[in-house]
Amino acid sequence: MESTIQDLIQALIQALLPGAIPVSVGYALAAILVAFAVLSAFVAPLAGVTSWLERRVWARMQSRVGPNRVGPQGILQWLADGVKNIQKEDIIPASADRKLFLLAPYIVFAGFIGAFVVIPFGSWLIPADLNIGILYLLAITSLAVVGILMAGWSSNNKWSLLGGMRSAAQIVSYEIPAGLSVLTVIFLSGTLSMQGIIQAQGWAPQDWFIFYNPFTLVAFFMFFTSALAEGNRTPFDIPEAESELVAGYVTEYSGMRFLFFFFAEWGNLYVIGAITTTLFLGGWQIPATIFGVTMAEHPVAKGVLEFTVFFAKSYLWVLVAMWIRGTLPRVRVDQLMAMCWKYMVPIAFVCLFGTIVLLVIWPDGNPALSLATLGFTVLVIVYFMWRVAYQIMHSRPELYLKPYV
Amino acid sequence: MEIPIHVLVFYLVALVVVGSACIVAFSRNIVHSAFSLLGTFGGVAALYVFLGADFVAAVQVLIYVGGILVLILFAVMLTHRISDIDITNRTVGRIPGLVAGAVFLGILVYAIAGTDWAKAREVAFEPTTAAIGNLFLGEYLLPFQIAAVVLLVALIGAITLSRKEIKE
Repeated sequence: MESTIQDLIQALIQALLPGAIPVSVGYALAAILVAFAVLSAFVAPLAGVTSWLERRVWARMQSRVGPNRVGPQGILQWLADGVKNIQKEDIIPASADRKLFLLAPYIVFAGFIGAFVVIPFGSWLIPADLNIGILYLLAITSLAVVGILMAGWSSNNKWSLLGGMRSAAQIVSYEIPAGLSVLTVIFLSGTLSMQGIIQAQGWAPQDWFIFYNPFTLVAFFMFFTSALAEGNRTPFDIPEAESELVAGYVTEYSGMRFLFFFFAEWGNLYVIGAITTTLFLGGWQIPATIFGVTMAEHPVAKGVLEFTVFFAKSYLWVLVAMWIRGTLPRVRVDQLMAMCWKYMVPIAFVCLFGTIVLLVIWPDGNPALSLATLGFTVLVIVYFMWRVAYQIMHSRPELYLKPYV
Repeated sequence: MEIPIHVLVFYLVALVVVGSACIVAFSRNIVHSAFSLLGTFGGVAALYVFLGADFVAAVQVLIYVGGILVLILFAVMLTHRISDIDITNRTVGRIPGLVAGAVFLGILVYAIAGTDWAKAREVAFEPTTAAIGNLFLGEYLLPFQIAAVVLLVALIGAITLSRKEIKE
Protein backbone atom coordinates (compact mmCIF):
# COMPACT_ATOMS: atom_id res chain seq x y z
CA MET A 1 0.00 0.00 0.00
CA GLU A 2 2.81 2.39 0.89
CA SER A 3 4.61 1.91 -2.43
CA THR A 4 1.33 2.42 -4.32
CA ILE A 5 0.83 5.78 -2.63
CA GLN A 6 4.43 6.75 -3.36
CA ASP A 7 4.00 5.79 -7.02
CA LEU A 8 0.82 7.83 -7.10
CA ILE A 9 2.57 10.90 -5.68
CA GLN A 10 5.45 10.38 -8.11
CA ALA A 11 3.05 10.18 -11.04
CA LEU A 12 1.16 13.28 -9.87
CA ILE A 13 4.37 15.28 -9.54
CA GLN A 14 5.49 14.16 -13.00
CA ALA A 15 2.13 15.04 -14.52
CA LEU A 16 1.72 18.44 -12.90
CA LEU A 17 5.30 19.70 -13.00
CA PRO A 18 7.11 17.99 -15.88
CA GLY A 19 10.81 18.32 -15.20
CA ALA A 20 10.54 21.89 -14.01
CA ILE A 21 11.58 21.22 -10.43
CA PRO A 22 13.46 18.41 -8.72
CA VAL A 23 11.45 15.55 -7.27
CA SER A 24 12.47 16.34 -3.69
CA VAL A 25 11.04 19.86 -3.97
CA GLY A 26 7.92 18.32 -5.50
CA TYR A 27 7.63 16.01 -2.49
CA ALA A 28 8.00 18.95 -0.11
CA LEU A 29 5.30 20.91 -1.97
CA ALA A 30 3.03 17.87 -2.03
CA ALA A 31 3.50 17.42 1.73
CA ILE A 32 2.59 21.06 2.36
CA LEU A 33 -0.47 20.77 0.09
CA VAL A 34 -1.65 17.59 1.81
CA ALA A 35 -1.18 19.17 5.24
CA PHE A 36 -3.19 22.18 4.07
CA ALA A 37 -5.96 19.96 2.68
CA VAL A 38 -6.16 17.85 5.84
CA LEU A 39 -6.27 20.99 7.96
CA SER A 40 -9.12 22.56 6.01
CA ALA A 41 -11.09 19.45 5.09
CA PHE A 42 -10.83 17.42 8.27
CA VAL A 43 -9.46 19.24 11.30
CA ALA A 44 -11.34 22.53 10.85
CA PRO A 45 -14.79 20.94 10.41
CA LEU A 46 -13.98 18.54 13.25
CA ALA A 47 -13.15 21.32 15.69
CA GLY A 48 -16.06 23.42 14.39
CA VAL A 49 -18.69 20.72 14.68
CA THR A 50 -17.31 19.80 18.11
CA SER A 51 -17.78 23.40 19.22
CA TRP A 52 -21.38 23.37 18.00
CA LEU A 53 -22.09 19.98 19.52
CA GLU A 54 -20.62 21.02 22.83
CA ARG A 55 -22.87 24.08 22.96
CA ARG A 56 -25.93 21.99 22.06
CA VAL A 57 -25.17 19.16 24.50
CA TRP A 58 -24.38 21.64 27.23
CA ALA A 59 -27.56 23.57 26.55
CA ARG A 60 -29.64 20.42 26.85
CA MET A 61 -28.02 19.64 30.19
CA GLN A 62 -28.90 23.12 31.44
CA SER A 63 -32.47 23.09 30.08
CA ARG A 64 -31.68 25.55 27.33
CA VAL A 65 -31.93 25.21 23.57
CA GLY A 66 -28.49 26.25 22.34
CA PRO A 67 -27.57 27.46 18.85
CA ASN A 68 -30.12 25.99 16.42
CA ARG A 69 -30.57 28.66 13.75
CA VAL A 70 -27.78 28.27 11.18
CA GLY A 71 -28.38 25.20 9.06
CA PRO A 72 -30.30 22.11 10.22
CA GLN A 73 -30.25 22.08 14.04
CA GLY A 74 -27.62 24.84 13.89
CA ILE A 75 -24.87 22.51 12.66
CA LEU A 76 -23.35 25.30 10.54
CA GLN A 77 -23.05 27.64 13.51
CA TRP A 78 -19.27 27.25 13.52
CA LEU A 79 -19.04 28.57 9.94
CA ALA A 80 -21.08 31.63 10.90
CA ASP A 81 -18.85 32.17 13.93
CA GLY A 82 -15.75 31.82 11.78
CA VAL A 83 -16.99 34.36 9.22
CA LYS A 84 -17.94 36.74 12.01
CA ASN A 85 -14.54 36.47 13.65
CA ILE A 86 -12.65 36.99 10.39
CA GLN A 87 -14.55 40.21 9.84
CA LYS A 88 -13.79 41.51 13.30
CA GLU A 89 -11.06 44.05 13.95
CA ASP A 90 -7.80 42.53 15.11
CA ILE A 91 -7.16 44.61 18.20
CA ILE A 92 -3.67 44.65 19.68
CA PRO A 93 -3.53 46.46 23.02
CA ALA A 94 -1.29 49.54 22.92
CA SER A 95 0.79 48.39 25.86
CA ALA A 96 1.12 44.78 24.74
CA ASP A 97 4.38 43.25 23.62
CA ARG A 98 3.46 43.33 19.95
CA LYS A 99 5.71 40.61 18.51
CA LEU A 100 5.02 37.98 21.14
CA PHE A 101 1.32 38.88 21.21
CA LEU A 102 1.07 38.19 17.47
CA LEU A 103 3.17 35.01 17.64
CA ALA A 104 1.46 33.25 20.58
CA PRO A 105 -1.67 31.88 18.82
CA TYR A 106 0.48 30.27 16.12
CA ILE A 107 2.61 28.41 18.66
CA VAL A 108 -0.45 27.06 20.48
CA PHE A 109 -1.93 26.07 17.15
CA ALA A 110 1.28 24.41 15.93
CA GLY A 111 1.42 22.32 19.11
CA PHE A 112 -2.15 21.17 18.52
CA ILE A 113 -1.96 20.50 14.77
CA GLY A 114 1.36 18.69 15.12
CA ALA A 115 -0.42 15.98 17.08
CA PHE A 116 -2.33 14.89 13.97
CA VAL A 117 0.91 13.67 12.37
CA VAL A 118 0.90 10.44 14.38
CA ILE A 119 -2.80 9.78 14.95
CA PRO A 120 -3.60 6.36 13.45
CA PHE A 121 -7.04 6.43 11.83
CA GLY A 122 -6.63 2.99 10.26
CA SER A 123 -4.08 0.24 9.67
CA TRP A 124 -2.49 2.33 6.91
CA LEU A 125 -4.32 5.63 7.33
CA ILE A 126 -1.71 7.48 9.36
CA PRO A 127 0.28 10.51 8.16
CA ALA A 128 3.56 9.19 9.59
CA ASP A 129 4.01 6.07 11.70
CA LEU A 130 7.02 7.35 13.65
CA ASN A 131 8.71 4.68 15.72
CA ILE A 132 8.72 7.18 18.60
CA GLY A 133 5.07 8.09 17.97
CA ILE A 134 3.72 8.48 21.49
CA LEU A 135 6.88 10.25 22.68
CA TYR A 136 6.59 12.69 19.77
CA LEU A 137 2.97 13.29 20.76
CA LEU A 138 3.89 14.09 24.37
CA ALA A 139 6.66 16.39 23.12
CA ILE A 140 4.70 18.30 20.49
CA THR A 141 1.70 18.92 22.74
CA SER A 142 4.01 20.48 25.33
CA LEU A 143 4.63 23.26 22.79
CA ALA A 144 1.23 24.71 23.70
CA VAL A 145 2.48 25.59 27.20
CA VAL A 146 5.03 27.99 25.75
CA GLY A 147 2.38 29.60 23.55
CA ILE A 148 0.01 30.01 26.48
CA LEU A 149 2.71 31.59 28.65
CA MET A 150 3.60 33.83 25.72
CA ALA A 151 0.00 34.94 25.31
CA GLY A 152 -0.40 35.50 29.04
CA TRP A 153 2.72 37.59 29.42
CA SER A 154 2.62 39.62 26.20
CA SER A 155 -0.95 40.83 26.81
CA ASN A 156 0.40 43.00 29.64
CA ASN A 157 -2.69 42.32 31.69
CA LYS A 158 -2.72 40.86 35.19
CA TRP A 159 -5.58 38.50 34.43
CA SER A 160 -3.82 37.21 31.34
CA LEU A 161 -0.56 36.70 33.19
CA LEU A 162 -2.28 34.88 36.06
CA GLY A 163 -4.17 32.71 33.59
CA GLY A 164 -1.01 31.88 31.67
CA MET A 165 0.91 31.02 34.83
CA ARG A 166 -1.91 28.85 36.15
CA SER A 167 -2.18 27.05 32.86
CA ALA A 168 1.54 26.39 32.61
CA ALA A 169 1.77 25.15 36.21
CA GLN A 170 -1.19 22.88 35.61
CA ILE A 171 0.05 21.44 32.33
CA VAL A 172 3.58 20.83 33.63
CA SER A 173 2.23 19.11 36.76
CA TYR A 174 -0.30 16.90 35.02
CA GLU A 175 2.25 15.80 32.43
CA ILE A 176 3.73 13.55 35.12
CA PRO A 177 0.70 11.29 35.84
CA ALA A 178 -0.10 11.32 32.11
CA GLY A 179 3.45 10.28 31.25
CA LEU A 180 3.45 7.53 33.88
CA SER A 181 0.17 6.11 32.55
CA VAL A 182 1.55 6.19 29.01
CA LEU A 183 4.64 4.39 30.31
CA THR A 184 2.40 1.64 31.71
CA VAL A 185 1.03 1.05 28.22
CA ILE A 186 4.50 1.19 26.66
CA PHE A 187 5.62 -1.59 29.02
CA LEU A 188 2.73 -3.72 27.82
CA SER A 189 3.23 -3.08 24.11
CA GLY A 190 7.02 -2.86 24.07
CA THR A 191 7.00 -0.13 21.43
CA LEU A 192 6.57 3.64 21.18
CA SER A 193 4.97 3.50 17.75
CA MET A 194 1.25 4.33 17.68
CA GLN A 195 0.55 1.52 15.18
CA GLY A 196 2.66 -0.87 17.24
CA ILE A 197 0.65 -0.07 20.36
CA ILE A 198 -2.61 -0.74 18.52
CA GLN A 199 -1.29 -3.94 16.95
CA ALA A 200 -0.37 -5.20 20.42
CA GLN A 201 -4.09 -5.08 21.27
CA GLY A 202 -7.04 -6.98 19.84
CA TRP A 203 -10.50 -6.03 18.64
CA ALA A 204 -12.33 -7.64 21.56
CA PRO A 205 -12.65 -5.57 24.74
CA GLN A 206 -10.79 -8.11 26.89
CA ASP A 207 -7.78 -7.69 24.59
CA TRP A 208 -7.65 -3.93 25.09
CA PHE A 209 -4.99 -2.50 27.36
CA ILE A 210 -7.62 -0.81 29.56
CA PHE A 211 -8.79 -4.25 30.75
CA TYR A 212 -5.34 -5.89 30.67
CA ASN A 213 -5.21 -5.93 34.47
CA PRO A 214 -6.78 -3.87 37.29
CA PHE A 215 -3.79 -1.49 37.32
CA THR A 216 -4.19 -0.50 33.70
CA LEU A 217 -7.86 0.20 34.34
CA VAL A 218 -6.80 2.74 36.98
CA ALA A 219 -4.03 4.03 34.71
CA PHE A 220 -6.66 4.71 32.07
CA PHE A 221 -8.58 6.99 34.44
CA MET A 222 -5.32 8.68 35.50
CA PHE A 223 -4.49 9.31 31.85
CA PHE A 224 -7.91 10.63 30.86
CA THR A 225 -8.09 12.93 33.89
CA SER A 226 -4.60 14.33 33.29
CA ALA A 227 -5.36 14.75 29.59
CA LEU A 228 -8.44 16.80 30.49
CA ALA A 229 -6.29 18.89 32.82
CA GLU A 230 -3.64 19.38 30.15
CA GLY A 231 -6.34 20.45 27.72
CA ASN A 232 -7.58 23.09 30.21
CA ARG A 233 -11.00 21.47 30.30
CA THR A 234 -13.56 21.78 33.08
CA PRO A 235 -13.26 20.82 35.94
CA PHE A 236 -9.65 21.95 35.40
CA ASP A 237 -10.30 25.16 33.48
CA ILE A 238 -8.99 27.53 36.14
CA PRO A 239 -6.64 29.22 33.62
CA GLU A 240 -9.70 30.80 32.01
CA ALA A 241 -12.02 30.79 35.01
CA GLU A 242 -14.60 33.37 33.95
CA SER A 243 -15.62 34.29 37.47
CA GLU A 244 -12.05 35.11 38.50
CA LEU A 245 -9.91 35.96 35.49
CA VAL A 246 -12.33 37.30 32.81
CA ALA A 247 -10.97 34.85 30.22
CA GLY A 248 -7.44 34.14 31.46
CA TYR A 249 -4.72 34.27 28.85
CA VAL A 250 -7.13 35.02 25.99
CA THR A 251 -8.60 38.12 27.68
CA GLU A 252 -6.90 40.61 25.36
CA TYR A 253 -7.35 38.64 22.16
CA SER A 254 -10.08 39.39 19.67
CA GLY A 255 -11.33 38.22 16.30
CA MET A 256 -9.51 35.43 14.54
CA ARG A 257 -6.61 35.27 17.02
CA PHE A 258 -9.09 34.59 19.80
CA LEU A 259 -10.70 31.93 17.67
CA PHE A 260 -7.35 30.23 17.07
CA PHE A 261 -7.01 29.48 20.77
CA PHE A 262 -10.46 27.95 20.91
CA PHE A 263 -9.98 26.12 17.64
CA ALA A 264 -6.97 24.47 19.26
CA GLU A 265 -8.92 23.74 22.44
CA TRP A 266 -11.84 22.05 20.70
CA GLY A 267 -9.63 20.21 18.28
CA ASN A 268 -7.48 19.13 21.20
CA LEU A 269 -10.54 17.48 22.70
CA TYR A 270 -10.61 15.09 19.77
CA VAL A 271 -6.84 14.54 20.03
CA ILE A 272 -7.32 13.51 23.67
CA GLY A 273 -9.98 11.02 22.62
CA ALA A 274 -7.79 9.68 19.82
CA ILE A 275 -4.78 9.15 22.11
CA THR A 276 -6.96 7.47 24.74
CA THR A 277 -8.40 5.17 22.07
CA THR A 278 -4.96 4.31 20.72
CA LEU A 279 -3.40 3.62 24.10
CA PHE A 280 -6.18 1.87 25.95
CA LEU A 281 -9.11 0.99 23.70
CA GLY A 282 -7.61 -1.02 20.88
CA GLY A 283 -7.57 1.79 18.31
CA TRP A 284 -8.88 0.77 14.89
CA GLN A 285 -8.77 -2.99 15.57
CA ILE A 286 -11.61 -4.89 13.88
CA PRO A 287 -12.22 -8.65 13.68
CA ALA A 288 -10.41 -10.45 10.86
CA THR A 289 -13.70 -11.96 9.65
CA ILE A 290 -17.11 -10.37 10.04
CA PHE A 291 -20.13 -12.58 9.25
CA GLY A 292 -17.90 -14.96 7.34
CA VAL A 293 -16.37 -12.19 5.20
CA THR A 294 -12.59 -12.08 5.34
CA MET A 295 -11.78 -8.39 5.77
CA ALA A 296 -8.31 -8.66 4.19
CA GLU A 297 -10.00 -9.35 0.83
CA HIS A 298 -11.84 -6.02 0.87
CA PRO A 299 -9.22 -3.35 1.54
CA VAL A 300 -11.55 -0.37 1.00
CA ALA A 301 -14.32 -1.72 3.23
CA LYS A 302 -11.68 -2.64 5.79
CA GLY A 303 -10.23 0.87 5.74
CA VAL A 304 -13.64 2.53 6.03
CA LEU A 305 -14.63 0.22 8.88
CA GLU A 306 -11.36 0.82 10.73
CA PHE A 307 -11.74 4.57 10.36
CA THR A 308 -15.35 4.39 11.59
CA VAL A 309 -14.40 2.26 14.60
CA PHE A 310 -11.53 4.54 15.52
CA PHE A 311 -13.53 7.71 15.04
CA ALA A 312 -16.52 6.41 17.03
CA LYS A 313 -14.32 5.31 19.92
CA SER A 314 -12.41 8.57 20.06
CA TYR A 315 -15.48 10.75 19.67
CA LEU A 316 -17.11 8.90 22.56
CA TRP A 317 -14.47 10.50 24.82
CA VAL A 318 -15.23 13.92 23.37
CA LEU A 319 -18.83 13.38 24.46
CA VAL A 320 -17.68 12.18 27.89
CA ALA A 321 -15.59 15.34 28.25
CA MET A 322 -18.66 17.44 27.38
CA TRP A 323 -20.71 15.52 29.92
CA ILE A 324 -18.05 16.10 32.60
CA ARG A 325 -17.94 19.79 31.72
CA GLY A 326 -21.69 20.04 32.04
CA THR A 327 -21.87 18.37 35.45
CA LEU A 328 -18.77 19.05 37.53
CA PRO A 329 -17.88 22.37 39.20
CA ARG A 330 -14.47 23.94 38.75
CA VAL A 331 -11.75 22.96 41.24
CA ARG A 332 -9.71 25.50 43.19
CA VAL A 333 -6.04 26.10 42.41
CA ASP A 334 -4.80 24.44 45.59
CA GLN A 335 -7.18 21.50 45.13
CA LEU A 336 -5.91 21.10 41.60
CA MET A 337 -2.27 20.88 42.69
CA ALA A 338 -3.05 18.69 45.70
CA MET A 339 -4.99 16.29 43.51
CA CYS A 340 -2.11 15.99 41.06
CA TRP A 341 0.83 15.68 43.43
CA LYS A 342 -0.74 14.00 46.46
CA TYR A 343 -3.05 11.53 44.74
CA MET A 344 -2.59 11.11 41.00
CA VAL A 345 1.22 10.88 40.88
CA PRO A 346 1.42 8.20 43.64
CA ILE A 347 -1.51 6.28 42.15
CA ALA A 348 0.10 6.39 38.70
CA PHE A 349 3.34 5.05 40.22
CA VAL A 350 1.41 2.22 41.91
CA CYS A 351 -0.20 1.38 38.55
CA LEU A 352 3.20 1.33 36.87
CA PHE A 353 4.81 -0.96 39.46
CA GLY A 354 1.73 -3.16 39.73
CA THR A 355 1.78 -3.69 35.99
CA ILE A 356 5.50 -4.48 36.09
CA VAL A 357 4.96 -7.08 38.83
CA LEU A 358 2.09 -8.68 36.91
CA LEU A 359 4.23 -8.68 33.77
CA VAL A 360 6.91 -10.59 35.64
CA ILE A 361 4.33 -13.14 36.85
CA TRP A 362 2.48 -13.48 33.53
CA PRO A 363 4.73 -12.17 30.71
CA ASP A 364 1.99 -12.71 28.11
CA GLY A 365 -0.91 -11.45 30.19
CA ASN A 366 -3.60 -13.43 31.94
CA PRO A 367 -6.88 -13.84 29.99
CA ALA A 368 -8.83 -14.66 33.15
CA LEU A 369 -7.64 -11.48 34.87
CA SER A 370 -8.51 -9.42 31.77
CA LEU A 371 -11.98 -10.95 31.64
CA ALA A 372 -12.45 -10.30 35.37
CA THR A 373 -11.43 -6.64 34.91
CA LEU A 374 -13.81 -6.30 31.99
CA GLY A 375 -16.60 -7.93 34.01
CA PHE A 376 -15.97 -5.58 36.93
CA THR A 377 -16.14 -2.54 34.64
CA VAL A 378 -19.37 -3.76 33.05
CA LEU A 379 -20.85 -4.32 36.54
CA VAL A 380 -19.93 -0.76 37.58
CA ILE A 381 -21.51 0.68 34.45
CA VAL A 382 -24.67 -1.40 34.89
CA TYR A 383 -24.92 -0.35 38.54
CA PHE A 384 -24.46 3.29 37.55
CA MET A 385 -27.21 3.05 34.95
CA TRP A 386 -29.49 1.28 37.40
CA ARG A 387 -28.92 4.09 39.93
CA VAL A 388 -29.71 6.74 37.34
CA ALA A 389 -32.85 4.87 36.33
CA TYR A 390 -33.82 4.56 39.99
CA GLN A 391 -33.37 8.30 40.51
CA ILE A 392 -35.46 9.09 37.47
CA MET A 393 -38.22 6.67 38.53
CA HIS A 394 -38.44 7.95 42.10
CA SER A 395 -37.88 11.66 41.77
CA ARG A 396 -40.37 11.80 38.89
CA PRO A 397 -38.79 14.74 37.09
CA GLU A 398 -40.57 16.06 34.08
CA LEU A 399 -38.52 14.43 31.38
CA TYR A 400 -38.49 16.31 28.17
CA LEU A 401 -37.59 13.65 25.67
CA LYS A 402 -37.66 15.69 22.49
CA PRO A 403 -34.02 16.37 21.66
CA TYR A 404 -34.63 18.51 18.58
CA VAL A 405 -36.01 21.97 19.01
CA MET B 1 24.37 22.63 -9.83
CA GLU B 2 21.41 21.44 -7.90
CA ILE B 3 21.26 21.78 -4.15
CA PRO B 4 19.49 18.84 -2.48
CA ILE B 5 16.51 19.96 -0.45
CA HIS B 6 17.77 18.43 2.77
CA VAL B 7 20.85 20.66 2.60
CA LEU B 8 18.61 23.70 2.24
CA VAL B 9 16.50 22.55 5.18
CA PHE B 10 19.63 21.97 7.21
CA TYR B 11 20.88 25.51 6.63
CA LEU B 12 17.42 26.87 7.43
CA VAL B 13 17.43 24.97 10.73
CA ALA B 14 20.98 26.11 11.47
CA LEU B 15 19.92 29.70 10.78
CA VAL B 16 17.01 29.37 13.20
CA VAL B 17 19.28 27.92 15.91
CA VAL B 18 22.00 30.53 15.56
CA GLY B 19 19.56 33.41 15.02
CA SER B 20 17.49 32.67 18.09
CA ALA B 21 20.63 32.03 20.11
CA CYS B 22 21.78 35.53 19.09
CA ILE B 23 18.45 36.96 20.28
CA VAL B 24 18.90 35.11 23.57
CA ALA B 25 22.31 36.67 24.02
CA PHE B 26 21.72 40.19 22.70
CA SER B 27 18.10 41.00 23.48
CA ARG B 28 17.64 43.75 26.05
CA ASN B 29 14.37 42.21 27.14
CA ILE B 30 14.89 39.21 29.39
CA VAL B 31 11.51 37.70 28.53
CA HIS B 32 12.32 37.92 24.81
CA SER B 33 15.59 36.13 25.56
CA ALA B 34 13.73 33.39 27.39
CA PHE B 35 11.17 32.92 24.60
CA SER B 36 13.93 32.86 21.96
CA LEU B 37 15.21 29.70 23.60
CA LEU B 38 12.19 28.03 21.97
CA GLY B 39 13.83 28.44 18.56
CA THR B 40 17.19 27.22 19.83
CA PHE B 41 15.82 24.12 21.57
CA GLY B 42 13.48 23.27 18.72
CA GLY B 43 16.22 23.77 16.14
CA VAL B 44 18.62 21.54 18.05
CA ALA B 45 15.91 18.86 18.07
CA ALA B 46 15.71 19.23 14.28
CA LEU B 47 19.50 18.79 14.08
CA TYR B 48 19.15 15.54 16.02
CA VAL B 49 16.63 14.41 13.41
CA PHE B 50 19.27 15.11 10.74
CA LEU B 51 21.61 12.80 12.64
CA GLY B 52 18.99 10.04 12.70
CA ALA B 53 18.62 10.29 16.48
CA ASP B 54 14.82 10.13 16.68
CA PHE B 55 14.51 9.33 20.37
CA VAL B 56 16.94 12.06 21.42
CA ALA B 57 15.11 14.59 19.23
CA ALA B 58 11.73 13.87 20.82
CA VAL B 59 13.21 13.89 24.30
CA GLN B 60 14.97 17.19 23.50
CA VAL B 61 11.61 18.80 22.75
CA LEU B 62 9.86 17.10 25.66
CA ILE B 63 12.45 17.99 28.30
CA TYR B 64 13.85 21.29 27.04
CA VAL B 65 10.77 22.94 25.52
CA GLY B 66 8.14 21.35 27.75
CA GLY B 67 10.16 21.38 30.96
CA ILE B 68 13.25 23.53 31.18
CA LEU B 69 12.01 26.42 29.03
CA VAL B 70 8.78 26.61 31.02
CA LEU B 71 10.76 26.60 34.27
CA ILE B 72 13.02 29.38 32.97
CA LEU B 73 9.95 31.39 31.99
CA PHE B 74 8.48 30.77 35.43
CA ALA B 75 11.66 31.92 37.10
CA VAL B 76 11.72 35.06 34.93
CA MET B 77 8.04 35.82 35.46
CA LEU B 78 8.14 35.34 39.22
CA THR B 79 10.70 38.13 39.57
CA HIS B 80 9.12 41.16 41.18
CA ARG B 81 9.42 43.68 38.37
CA ILE B 82 7.80 41.46 35.77
CA SER B 83 4.55 43.42 35.55
CA ASP B 84 6.67 46.17 33.99
CA ILE B 85 6.69 45.06 30.36
CA ASP B 86 9.80 47.07 29.38
CA ILE B 87 11.97 45.10 31.76
CA THR B 88 15.60 45.10 30.59
CA ASN B 89 18.76 43.39 31.60
CA ARG B 90 21.59 45.88 32.06
CA THR B 91 25.06 45.34 30.74
CA VAL B 92 27.46 44.85 33.62
CA GLY B 93 31.00 45.57 32.53
CA ARG B 94 31.90 45.32 28.87
CA ILE B 95 35.61 44.56 29.31
CA PRO B 96 35.24 41.50 31.61
CA GLY B 97 32.50 40.22 29.33
CA LEU B 98 34.68 40.55 26.25
CA VAL B 99 37.59 38.83 28.01
CA ALA B 100 35.40 35.96 29.22
CA GLY B 101 33.88 35.60 25.75
CA ALA B 102 37.31 35.59 24.05
CA VAL B 103 38.67 32.95 26.45
CA PHE B 104 35.64 30.76 25.92
CA LEU B 105 35.86 31.18 22.15
CA GLY B 106 39.53 30.17 22.29
CA ILE B 107 38.73 27.01 24.25
CA LEU B 108 35.94 26.10 21.85
CA VAL B 109 38.04 26.68 18.71
CA TYR B 110 40.88 24.67 20.25
CA ALA B 111 38.53 21.80 21.10
CA ILE B 112 36.82 21.83 17.69
CA ALA B 113 40.11 21.99 15.78
CA GLY B 114 41.70 19.30 17.93
CA THR B 115 38.87 16.80 17.57
CA ASP B 116 39.19 14.10 14.97
CA TRP B 117 35.67 14.28 13.51
CA ALA B 118 34.59 10.83 12.47
CA LYS B 119 31.87 11.61 9.97
CA ALA B 120 29.41 8.89 9.09
CA ARG B 121 28.95 8.69 5.34
CA GLU B 122 25.31 7.81 5.53
CA VAL B 123 23.09 8.55 8.49
CA ALA B 124 21.10 5.41 9.18
CA PHE B 125 17.47 6.26 9.89
CA GLU B 126 16.49 3.36 12.04
CA PRO B 127 14.88 3.02 15.47
CA THR B 128 17.32 3.87 18.23
CA THR B 129 15.10 3.63 21.31
CA ALA B 130 15.76 -0.02 22.14
CA ALA B 131 19.52 0.38 21.60
CA ILE B 132 19.61 3.41 23.92
CA GLY B 133 17.67 1.46 26.56
CA ASN B 134 20.02 -1.52 26.33
CA LEU B 135 23.09 0.68 26.64
CA PHE B 136 21.66 2.60 29.62
CA LEU B 137 20.86 -0.59 31.51
CA GLY B 138 23.96 -2.45 30.35
CA GLU B 139 27.27 -0.85 29.47
CA TYR B 140 26.51 2.61 30.90
CA LEU B 141 24.53 1.56 33.95
CA LEU B 142 26.88 3.22 36.45
CA PRO B 143 27.02 6.68 34.77
CA PHE B 144 23.26 6.51 34.32
CA GLN B 145 22.68 5.79 37.99
CA ILE B 146 25.18 8.46 39.06
CA ALA B 147 23.37 11.03 36.91
CA ALA B 148 20.08 10.01 38.52
CA VAL B 149 21.58 10.40 42.01
CA VAL B 150 23.02 13.82 41.10
CA LEU B 151 19.57 14.96 39.96
CA LEU B 152 18.04 13.67 43.19
CA VAL B 153 20.64 15.53 45.24
CA ALA B 154 19.92 18.71 43.27
CA LEU B 155 16.18 18.32 43.96
CA ILE B 156 16.72 17.80 47.68
CA GLY B 157 19.10 20.77 47.73
CA ALA B 158 16.51 22.99 46.04
CA ILE B 159 13.87 21.96 48.58
CA THR B 160 16.25 22.58 51.48
CA LEU B 161 17.08 26.05 50.17
CA SER B 162 13.51 27.08 49.48
CA ARG B 163 11.50 25.61 52.34
CA LYS B 164 10.62 27.61 55.41
CA GLU B 165 11.63 26.17 58.75
CA ILE B 166 8.59 25.96 60.98
CA LYS B 167 9.62 26.07 64.63
CA GLU B 168 7.22 24.99 67.35
